[in-house]
Amino acid sequence: MKIVVLIKQTPDTESVIRIAEDGKSIVTDGLKWIINPYDEFALEAALRLKEKDGGTLSVLSLGPQRVVNSMITALAMGADDATIIDDPALDGADALGTATILSAAIEKIGPDIVLCGSRAIDCDQAQTGAMVAEILGWPHLPVAVAIEADQRRVTIERRIEGGTMSLRATLPALVTVGGSHSVWNPRYASLPGIIKAKKKPLAVRRLSDLGLDPAKFGLAGAKISVASLEKPPQRSAGRIVEGGDAREKARELARALHEDSGAF
Amino acid sequence: MILNEGKPVAKSVCVIAEFQRGGFRSSTFEVASEGRKIADGLGCELCAIALGAGVAERAPELGRFGVDRVFVTDEPFLEHYLAEVYVPVIADVLGRIEPAAILLPASADGKDLGASLAGRLREGLAQDCTEIVCDASGLKARRPVFGGGCDAWCKWAPGAIPIITCRPNTMDCSGPDMHRSAETIRIGVEKPRPRSEVLSVQLEGSGGVELTEASIIVSGGRGMQGAENFAMLEELAGELGAAVGASRAAVEANWRPYADQVGQTGKIVSPALYIAVGISGSIQHFAGMGSSKCIVAVNNNPEAPILGKADYAVLEDLFEFIPLLTEEVRKIRSGIA
Ligand SMILES: Cc1cc2nc3c(=O)[nH]c(=O)nc-3n(C[C@H](O)[C@H](O)[C@H](O)COP(=O)(O)OP(=O)(O)OC[C@H]3O[C@@H](n4cnc5c(N)ncnc54)[C@H](O)[C@@H]3O)c2cc1C
Ligand SMILES: Nc1ncnc2c1ncn2[C@@H]1O[C@H](COP(=O)(O)O)[C@@H](O)[C@H]1O
Repeated sequence: MKIVVLIKQTPDTESVIRIAEDGKSIVTDGLKWIINPYDEFALEAALRLKEKDGGTLSVLSLGPQRVVNSMITALAMGADDATIIDDPALDGADALGTATILSAAIEKIGPDIVLCGSRAIDCDQAQTGAMVAEILGWPHLPVAVAIEADQRRVTIERRIEGGTMSLRATLPALVTVGGSHSVWNPRYASLPGIIKAKKKPLAVRRLSDLGLDPAKFGLAGAKISVASLEKPPQRSAGRIVEGGDAREKARELARALHEDSGAF
Repeated sequence: MILNEGKPVAKSVCVIAEFQRGGFRSSTFEVASEGRKIADGLGCELCAIALGAGVAERAPELGRFGVDRVFVTDEPFLEHYLAEVYVPVIADVLGRIEPAAILLPASADGKDLGASLAGRLREGLAQDCTEIVCDASGLKARRPVFGGGCDAWCKWAPGAIPIITCRPNTMDCSGPDMHRSAETIRIGVEKPRPRSEVLSVQLEGSGGVELTEASIIVSGGRGMQGAENFAMLEELAGELGAAVGASRAAVEANWRPYADQVGQTGKIVSPALYIAVGISGSIQHFAGMGSSKCIVAVNNNPEAPILGKADYAVLEDLFEFIPLLTEEVRKIRSGIA
C-alpha cells in the first residue's frame, strides 16, 4: 500500500505567542517548531499500517525552509521519503489554496491512502484534509481514533456526540486523524532512525514543478484572510474564596456561583 | 444594505441545521439565532437547510429562532451524517438560493461538514468562531488561534461566500418565540452511491450532557489520584446538570476516556462555568477551556498557575472540599439554603 501523510510544522505548544507589528501575524523569532501533534498521530497510524501490510510511506509538507527539520524527524520515525513544497508565492495562502497545492502534489505521488491531522494546533483551521479529499474527489473519513486498512478498503472509528461511529471507504481515500497522545502514543525517533534518515530522499519543490501557476496562490488567491490578530479579552483577576474552614468556603462558593454570577 | 460590485449581495443567510435522533441540537438554535442577526444586518431573509431521517416534521420549529424558510430533505439514508452523502444534497440547495453567508454549529459533524462543503464550493471557511460582526465592509468573524494565545479576525475576499462554524455556548441565543414557525420546502433527492458508508453507531446511552455543548463542566486532573475518585465529581456534576471533563494527565493515567480530555489535543469547550479540580492549569489545558465564562479552581497548592487565572480560587484539599461543595449546591437547589 502506498501511503502519504501530510505534515504541518507548528510552534511548540509551550510557545508564548506575540503579535507582530503588522497586527496580522505573529513574531516567529525564537519560536521552537514541532510537528503538529495530530500529524504525529497520523504518522504513527500510517507507520502501523505499513508495518502490517508493507508498502511505502511518503511525507508531504508545504512550508518554508525550517520545515526540513520536521521532515527529518518524520523520516527518522520511519517514513521512506519526504517532499517539501516551498515557494515564496505561498505567503498568505488560505486553507483552500494549501489544499489545492497539496492535492496536486498527492496526485503526482498517486497513493492509495492519505492520512493527515484533523487540525493543526497553530491556526486551528480544521479543514485542510476535508478540502484535499473534495478536490481529489475522494471519500474522506473524519477524525479517526482507530484505523484499519487492506488493499481495497479503510475502516475507521470516530467519536460522535454521545457515542462512536464506525465508517468504511473504498480506496483511494483520505482519513483525518484525531484522538490524543493516550490514543496513539506516537513513537520517538530512535538514534539508528536518525542516522538512516539522513540517507533517505528529501525533495524540495516549487509550485511550477507541480504545474501550478504561482499567481493564483498566496494572499492574492485567498478567499479568506486574517484582517487582524488581537489578544483575547484578558481574564480579570479573580477572587480567592475565603472562609474559616473548607465548609465555609464551600458555602461561600456555592452562594457566589448561584447569586453573584448566576452560574447555576 | 451593502452593495457588492453594484448589485445587492444578500439573497439570504443560510443556516445548516443539525438534526439527530429525532431533534435539533441546541447548538443549531444558537446558530439560527446568530444567523437572524446577520440577516437583519444585511436586510435579507434567513433560510435553513435541514437533512435527516424524520426531520420534516420538526423543521418548522426553526422558525422560533428566526428562520424564515427551511429546505428539507427527509430520507432514511440521511439518518447519520456522512460527508459524501450530505455534501452533494446541501451544495445543490445552496446552488438554488445564492447564499450571502453559510452558518453551521461547530460540532463534530458541523465542523466536518463545513470543511467538506467549503472544499466542494471552493469557498473560505472560518471554524469555531466565537463572534461575528457585520459592517459596511462585509462579515468578519473572530476565532481563537494558537491555543487561545490570540484571536484572529477573519475577513473574506470580495464576492466570496463566508462559511462559518459557531462555537457552542459563545453566541447569545435569543428566543424561542413560540409563535413563529418556518415555512418548509421539501427537496427530493436520489439515493446517492457513495464510496464510503456508516458501518455502525454505538451510543453510550448514559444520557449524559455532551462536553462541547455543556453549560457547566466539572473537570478533574492528576490531583484526583485515581479513577474511582471521579465518582465525587460525577456527583457534583449530577447536582449541577454538568458534564465531566479531564486533563491529559487524568486521561493518560487511564482514569478517564480520551473523549473527556479538554485542551489543545482534546476538546475545546466554552461553558458558562468550568470547575477545575486538581488541575494545575497548563497552557495546553487552558487552550481548551480558556474561553469559559467563569472558571473555578480547586487546588491545594498556592503556586498552581490556575489559581491566578480563575474567577474563584479555592485553596483547599479537593477530597475534603468537593463533597462539601456538592452538599451546599444541593441545599441551594432544593431551596433549603
Ligand atoms: C503537545 C502537548 C499537548 C497537550 N495537550 C493537552 C491537553 O489537550 N489537555 C491537557 O489537559 N493537557 C495537555 N497537555 C499536557 C499539559 O502540559 C499538562 O501536563 C497537563 O495538563 C497536566 O495535567 P494536570 O493539571 O491534571 O496535572 P498536574 O500538572 O500534575 O497538576 C495536578 C494539580 O493537582 C493539584 N492537587 C494535587 N492533589 C490535590 C489535592 N488533594 N487537592 C487539591 N489539589 C490537588 C496539584 O497542586 C496540581 O496543581 C499537552 C502537552 C503537550 C506537550
Ligand atoms: N502546510 C501544510 N503542509 C502539509 N500539511 C498540511 C499543511 N496545512 C495543513 N496540513 C494538513 O492538514 C491538517 C489540518 O490542518 P488545518 O486545516 O490547517 O487545521 C494538518 O494536521 C496537516 O495534516
